[in-house]
Amino acid sequence: MLRVDDLDVWFGFPPDRVDAVKRASFSVAEGESFGLVGESGSGKSTILRAITGLIDSWSGTIEVAGQAVAGQKRDRAFHKTVQMVFQDPYASLHPRHSVDRVLSETLKLQGMGDIDSRITRLLEDVGLGQGFRFRYPHQLSGGQRQRVAIARALAAEPRLLLLDEPTSALDVSVQAEILNLLTDLRAEHGLTYVMVSHDLSVVGHMCDRLAVMRGGRIEEIMTVDQLRHGGATEDYTRHLIAASAGYERA
Amino acid sequence: MSDVQFQSRRDWLLTDAPQTRRQARLGAIYQGWLTFRANKLAMFGLVILIILIVMAVFAPWLAPYSPFSQNLADRLQPPSAAHWLGTDHLGRDILSRLIHGSRITLFIVGTVALIAPVIGLFIGTVAGFAGGWVDQVLMRITDIFLAFPKLVLALAFVAALGAGIGNAVLALAITAWPPYARLARAETLTIRNADFIAAARLQGAGPMRLLIGHIWPLCVSSLIVRVALDMAGIILSAAGLGFLGLGAQPPMPEWGAMISDGRTYILDFWWVAAMPGLAIFIVSLAFNLLGDGLRDVLDPKGAKE
Repeated sequence: MLRVDDLDVWFGFPPDRVDAVKRASFSVAEGESFGLVGESGSGKSTILRAITGLIDSWSGTIEVAGQAVAGQKRDRAFHKTVQMVFQDPYASLHPRHSVDRVLSETLKLQGMGDIDSRITRLLEDVGLGQGFRFRYPHQLSGGQRQRVAIARALAAEPRLLLLDEPTSALDVSVQAEILNLLTDLRAEHGLTYVMVSHDLSVVGHMCDRLAVMRGGRIEEIMTVDQLRHGGATEDYTRHLIAASAGYERA
Repeated sequence: MSDVQFQSRRDWLLTDAPQTRRQARLGAIYQGWLTFRANKLAMFGLVILIILIVMAVFAPWLAPYSPFSQNLADRLQPPSAAHWLGTDHLGRDILSRLIHGSRITLFIVGTVALIAPVIGLFIGTVAGFAGGWVDQVLMRITDIFLAFPKLVLALAFVAALGAGIGNAVLALAITAWPPYARLARAETLTIRNADFIAAARLQGAGPMRLLIGHIWPLCVSSLIVRVALDMAGIILSAAGLGFLGLGAQPPMPEWGAMISDGRTYILDFWWVAAMPGLAIFIVSLAFNLLGDGLRDVLDPKGAKE
């Protein structure tokens, strides 16, 4: 479904050039849920942005559903196949657009017909009733906004959903709701997920396999089973797992 | 009964879960109106402007005399029962001239307010959104316009185009857009990398759609506020052009030209210059107050989330 090979992403020009991702390679099979884990600044979100064409300064190979993509240009078929949910639901919805406007514009852009009934269905899919259809973002809570953002991503009926820390801006109880929603949606629509998170427990809950990143490099790729049973081979991964288990008294 | 009805209509407007697109839009407008209404001074400004508009629309019926009819026997009369605001050096009734002059003032203000911010919005958002050399070229042009004092540049334009109210408006509009372009560009730079723009891009939205549908709505409100606050300056510039004889031509009752007419007699017959001056002052003040109220309603930074 997704193959990333030898991906380098950088920002700026020498001498101020920053290499955000270095020689990253991984692939995700159809229907799989893949996690990208690492500390802040380790380049996980950058990989997603390079895939979607929001960053054009990258080199290497990115293939989506067998089609290689280049630079910043993405065609219609790409937008229909790949969608993304952003980290901060407060920043990812246009403050002056109602839920209705967001979804109907998205459906129109994706060339869908029958917009009215599709909006109804999308809102029900993400657990929001009709009462939310004509609200503006400031009339919604963080969790509700993220549901709208998920509905927007699902509008195109994509096969691959890129999740950029979809719950890190939400409080814990809402986090669980959104994660369960994502799990249900994946089962229902047969989606492929690539999920970025700094939270090992979230990835452990959601994903089949994961890549551990550090300083722009992928340190290790392993299955969640390996993660649970201490199968990490790299020192850094073990360190990360220990850190996520809780604070130790010094 | 009617009280109950009113209450339910209010609830209908302020509901958190509107049922239709229309209800949501009306509700948002009503919310804005409530915020605006809470600002007493802004309401005062709005009332004055409504009076001005009514005055302009019904000028021929409201004015006691013709603004052009001269009566040299009655020249330079002080305010009295017959001539509430006195008469000028040709014996014309100042009140009638002020009332008819409100049409010219509104015409100037309205036209400049329609042209300048639109040019500014377009140039500013395109520059901010496109970036690169487009940005450089557009912003340097803006800098060139900003480098001249506004009134001097307007004078040069009027001198080149010929004196007259139409050309004065054009000159004011051409000199007034650069600050709007700067403002719009700054706003665009803060939102062009926002996640909601990225999200729309991921749906395949083209640059024109992003610009018009996503960026303009966020720039427009601060521009409206700025325009309302600049209105006073525009009126004063128009009056200045009129005063210098480059705006409205006699015998048009333009307020600035009226002050200019009264200048010769200012020490002995103060009302000839003071009355139009007062009118300019009141209308400028009203626009400033209105702008202040609009900022409460529209400015996203001022608004409570």
